[in-house]
Amino acid sequence: MRFIVRRLGFYVVAAWVAVTVNFFIPRALPGNAVQAMMAKFQDLPPQAYHALELQFGTGHQGSLFHQYFGYLGNLLSGNLGTSVIASPASVVSVLRATVPWTLALVGTATIISFVLGTMLGIVAAWRRGGWLDRSLPAFTFIQATPYFFLALLLIELFSLNWHIFPFANGFALGDVPGWNWPFIGSALYHSILPALTIVITSMAGWMLQMRNVMITTIGEDYVLAAQAKGLKPRRIMFTYAARNAILPNIAGFSLAIGFVVAGALIMEFVFSYPGVGLTLYNAVVSDDYALIQGIFLVISMAVLLACLLADIVYVIADPRARTRAAF
Amino acid sequence: MAVAAIAPPVGLATPAPVHRRGLIRSLPLKAKVGGAILAFYILMAIIGPTIAPDNPSTQTATVLGATAPSLHHLLGTTSFGEDVLSQLLVGMGSTVLLGLLVGAIATVVGTLVGTTAGYLGGAADEGLSLLANVFLVLPALPLLIIVLAESGSRSGLVAEAIVLSALGWAWGARVIRAQTLTLRSRDFVAAARESGERTWRIILFEILPNEVSLIAASFVGTVLYAILTSVVLAFIGVVSLTTWSLGTMLYWAQSQEAVTLGDWWWWIPPGAAAATLGMALVLLNFGLDELGNPRLRDTRGRKRRGRQQRPSDPTPVVREAGA
Repeated sequence: MRFIVRRLGFYVVAAWVAVTVNFFIPRALPGNAVQAMMAKFQDLPPQAYHALELQFGTGHQGSLFHQYFGYLGNLLSGNLGTSVIASPASVVSVLRATVPWTLALVGTATIISFVLGTMLGIVAAWRRGGWLDRSLPAFTFIQATPYFFLALLLIELFSLNWHIFPFANGFALGDVPGWNWPFIGSALYHSILPALTIVITSMAGWMLQMRNVMITTIGEDYVLAAQAKGLKPRRIMFTYAARNAILPNIAGFSLAIGFVVAGALIMEFVFSYPGVGLTLYNAVVSDDYALIQGIFLVISMAVLLACLLADIVYVIADPRARTRAAF
Repeated sequence: MAVAAIAPPVGLATPAPVHRRGLIRSLPLKAKVGGAILAFYILMAIIGPTIAPDNPSTQTATVLGATAPSLHHLLGTTSFGEDVLSQLLVGMGSTVLLGLLVGAIATVVGTLVGTTAGYLGGAADEGLSLLANVFLVLPALPLLIIVLAESGSRSGLVAEAIVLSALGWAWGARVIRAQTLTLRSRDFVAAARESGERTWRIILFEILPNEVSLIAASFVGTVLYAILTSVVLAFIGVVSLTTWSLGTMLYWAQSQEAVTLGDWWWWIPPGAAAATLGMALVLLNFGLDELGNPRLRDTRGRKRRGRQQRPSDPTPVVREAGA
C-alpha cells in the first residue's frame, strides 16, 4: 500500500507540473495569442481585447502569482476559455467532440498491441531460435520506423493500390455523427488503418522487451526446477516464466505510453482523423492558445491516469511492490 | 571492468589470439551490422553535400512535375523539379548532426543527474529522481510541437537540439541512477570514500568508468529518439523548413500529395533512410545490451563458438587482457 501512496504522491506532483507548464505556455512563448486572435477576427470590440488579455495573461493584470491562482481557479471550475478556430465554441466543447475519437482508437489499439506484443515476446523467447525469434530483425526495423512513414506505406498499399480501406477522415463524408449502426460501422471501417499503424509500431517494443526479459527468466533456477518436476511446458511458460518476466513490461508502461501517444498524434495528422492530435495541429498552426492549453492538459492528464492504472496493475502483479517501494 | 584475473589452470594452454582479436571483432553481430549501417550514413552525412549531383533546391528537370527515377535523376525529381537524390545526400547531414548533438547534450545531462542522484542518495536523490520521473511521464511530443511551432520564427537546428535535449535526458538519468545505486556500495567506492577522496572525484573516476557501456547505450537510445522525433517534427512542419533534412523532404512530399499521386520515389527514400538509420541504432543498442547480459546472445552464434572451444573446460574462466 505504501507503494501506491508514494506513486499517488508522485502523480500529484507530476500533474501539478503539467498544469504549471500549461500555465506558462502562452506566457513564455514569443507569439502573442491576443494579437493572433484579433488579427483573425478584426471586428472584435475593444472590450473583447481586454477579455482576451485576461485569458492569455498578455496584458498587465496583477502579478504572475495572482494570474496563476486565477488560472487554477478557472481550471477547477472547468473553464478552459474559448477556442479561436472553433469560435465561438468553448475549448471544453471542442475537447468533448474530439477526445472520444482519440480515446477509443488509441485505447483499443494500445491494449491490442500490449497483449499481442507480450504474447509474441513470450513465444519468441520460449521457442528460442524458432522462426518468430529469427524474424526479430524485422520487428527491430518496424520499431525504428517513424510512425508516419509506416502510415504512409499502409495508405499506399491498402488504400491506393488495393482500395481496401479509406485513407482519410474518421467517417465517410456525408455521414452524420450519432449512435446509429451505419455511422458506427463507417467509423470502425475508417479506424482500421490508423489502428493498424499504432498496433504494428508499438507492438514491436512490447515484444522485444518481453522476449529479452523472458530469456533471462527462463535461465532462472526455479524454471529449471519446474521442468525437473515434470510440469507441463505450457504451465512453466505462462505461470513460471512469463508471470515473472511480464513485470518490467508493466513497469515500463509509463515510459511507453508517451511513445504511443506521440504516434497517435502523428497518425491522426496523416489520416486526418478527427481526434485530439489533428486538433492540436490545427490549433498550433493558427496560434489558438486556449485550445492548445486545453489539449495539452487533457493529453498529460490522460497519460498520468494511464500510468497510475499501470502502477496499480503492477502492485497486483508483483507482491514485492506491496511491501516496499520498488521505484 | 572489475573482474578478477583468474590464472588458467596449469596444463591448459591459453588460446592466445582470443583476447587479442580487438574490440570490434568481439562485438556481437547485431552491433556490427548496426555500426556498419550507421557508419555508412555518417559517411553520407559528411561527404553527401560534395557528391550531390545537383543543388537540392533548384529546378533541374526540364519538365515540371515529379518525374520517376531515370539515369539522369537516379531517384527522380520532386514536383518542383528538384533532384531527390541530391536532397537526400544533403539532408542526411542535418538529420545525423541533430541526432548526435541531442545525444551528446542529453547524455551529459542525464549522466550527471543520474550519477549525482544515485551516489548522494537521500534528499538529493529524491529531488533529482522526482524531476527525472516527471520529465518521463509528461507527454513530450505535444509539448515539443507546441514549443517549437510557437517559438516565433521557425527555430533553427541548435534551438531544436536544445529543446529536444531538454525533454530527452530523463530516460538516461533514470537508468544510470539505478546502476550508480548498485555501484556505490561496492568495496572500491567505499575504499575511495574512506581514503578521503572528494565526492566529484569518486563520481568521475570511480563510478563513471564502470558505467561506460550503459552511458553508450543511453547515448545511442537518445540519438534514436532525437532522429525519429526531429523527422516527425519536420514532417508536420513545425521546425525550420529552409534547410534540407529527411523530415523536411517528407514534409514537402506530403504537402504536395506525393503519396496520393503515386510519386513513391519522392517519399520512400527519405522515409526508408530514416527507418534504416533508426534500425541501425536499435541494433547497436541490442548489441550493447548483449555485451552486458550474455544470456541474450544469439544461441546459434554461441554454439558455433562453443565447438571451437575445448569441450570440457571445467569452469568458466575470466581472463583479463594481460593475464
